[in-house]
Amino acid sequence: MKTLLGLVLAVGILLPSAAVAQNAEPDLKAGKATFVKWCAPCHGEGIYMTGTNALRAKYKDAKPALLEQRTDLTPEFVKGFVRKGAGLMAPFRKTEISDAELDALAAYLSRKEPR
Amino acid sequence: MKLPPDVTAANFAAAVKRFQSVVGPEWVFVSDEGVNLYRDAYTPFRGEPDEYIPSGGIGPNSVEQVQEIVRIANEFKIPLWPVSTGRNLGYGGAAPRMTGTMVLDLKQINRVLEVNDSLAYAIVEPGVSYFDFYRHLQDNHHKLWLDCPDPGWGSVIGNALEHGNGHTPYQDHFDFHCGMELVLANGELMRTGMGALPNSPSWGTFKYGFGPHISPMFSQSNFGIVTKMGIWLMPEPEAVKNYLVAVPAKTDLVPFVDTLANLMARGITDTNWAIGSPILTSQNPKIAALVASGAPTEELERAGRDANLGYWGTRLRFYGPPEIIDAQWKYAWEHLSAAIPGATFKLAASFTFPMDRDSIEEPPDDVFGKTALGIPSLSIFSLGGTTRRDGHIFFSPIIPMSGREMAKAQVIFPQAFKDLGMKPPELVGGWSWFKRNLVLLMPMTISKDPAENKKMRENYRSLIKIAAANGWGEYRTATAFMDHVMDQLSFNNHALRRYHETIKDAVDPNGILAPGKSGIWPKRYRESHT
Repeated sequence: MKTLLGLVLAVGILLPSAAVAQNAEPDLKAGKATFVKWCAPCHGEGIYMTGTNALRAKYKDAKPALLEQRTDLTPEFVKGFVRKGAGLMAPFRKTEISDAELDALAAYLSRKEPR
Repeated sequence: MKLPPDVTAANFAAAVKRFQSVVGPEWVFVSDEGVNLYRDAYTPFRGEPDEYIPSGGIGPNSVEQVQEIVRIANEFKIPLWPVSTGRNLGYGGAAPRMTGTMVLDLKQINRVLEVNDSLAYAIVEPGVSYFDFYRHLQDNHHKLWLDCPDPGWGSVIGNALEHGNGHTPYQDHFDFHCGMELVLANGELMRTGMGALPNSPSWGTFKYGFGPHISPMFSQSNFGIVTKMGIWLMPEPEAVKNYLVAVPAKTDLVPFVDTLANLMARGITDTNWAIGSPILTSQNPKIAALVASGAPTEELERAGRDANLGYWGTRLRFYGPPEIIDAQWKYAWEHLSAAIPGATFKLAASFTFPMDRDSIEEPPDDVFGKTALGIPSLSIFSLGGTTRRDGHIFFSPIIPMSGREMAKAQVIFPQAFKDLGMKPPELVGGWSWFKRNLVLLMPMTISKDPAENKKMRENYRSLIKIAAANGWGEYRTATAFMDHVMDQLSFNNHALRRYHETIKDAVDPNGILAPGKSGIWPKRYRESHT
């Protein structure tokens, strides 16, 4: 993942004008990649998705059970859960999700145009 | 800040500075926020002063950095607890056994170094998880399957070293490892098996090397830090078929297990099957109420017959060419039919390969369905429903794969649970992870209430003793119970533990590596911890 992030950063260095023109886009792509790798196995779609099922039970129909469909998440909220955990979900260490990756993940999940 | 025993704050700070110079300041974690990430999320000591809390974490990204860290740790007498991916949840997570130990976090040493398609093996580093490894094999179009444990975020190396298991014929992960590279307690690098022969093409193929075969000494131990390992992979099978077998009577348990054991010894089935009870765990409200009411066995068996549910049941998975699977199944079916009148058989799932495994959906009737096709998943965490849970640990004794022993376990453990004031399990399930044995799995839940956790810990220790009195020991346990489990292996005044200690003191005189792992304490902590 650090290699992937390094690649994203390197592309940003090589193409500064493109990176500036589409300011938030690289973050969201990196954030999506972190979500797919670390969050989707529990918070994706499927019958045995423990995170999705737990949130469905908790919120009923008040909020989407899928994190990617939420519009009420803030970066701080996402970061808090990733670093502190909740219930069965153990926290994620910085060697797993680095601070930079967490910034990108938080930006991705708190975007206001959910999937 | 929890300092290591007998290390001053000044010396610890000096050691941290040296560690920072090796890995960079951002990869040494000693702030409260950083340390918290290395605490056990499922600790049975939640909110209690006895919780094992590390002094910090260090995240190297190369073997050379690991060597340098170990040398510095010797200099300053800083104990290190190596973790591979640090997801050993239910067994201690990433946290050490002894408060003040620093966690050596190998997650960033995560390359797949070699995949050999024709000989079906790979050489990997400790930070490679099953998710990572699956992705690597898929993205590089290798027609090889890995055998996944139930949680896919575990380390391929770490899971093998902890004697973890999966579902395919390659289910016993340590049995399928081949050769290691280790950083020893003095910082020296060593390779085992044919890895010890420079440039040998046999590292991943011949595990014994020459002379004493010492690789197993580094599993569930604290004698070295494994930094590379060979692992055998399964060539993609042409087909996978699952069959459900059910038997109608409670007393069928003995011939059921004995016949399955015989099939396993013959190699007719060599995959992971579990003894369950369709009746006792039925979700049908009428049957569940009957079970809860403590109805007599005959009534349960009758209800089972009416609902087409067996008293006992299992799922047999077969992998390989369809013609061979059909022949294996025919043999298994004939022998189970002959041994148990009224046994029923059903094809539950059938797959043919090659196919796009990324597109395979979780089967609704088989929580392990995807994992058993070599696709990592976290589906196991969904067992237990959506009620908020705060963690669990498993009590998991080993019994011989014998009907008599299994029937005995169905009496001993429910009675023990009752005697200890716990709700007895409906049945004590058994898994065929290690051929010729069944692993019994009894989950115990972690609570937010320290009084409940205290009681649970007492009960767990009682269960260890009750099991041992019947000749049954654990295959693996959480850090909190390692001393108690090792205590039971007491033949000839604990000769085995004393031998472990002799080795430990010889290879790690400063007691740097994982003090207390599997009940093995180095000399400098032995008196204070045993």
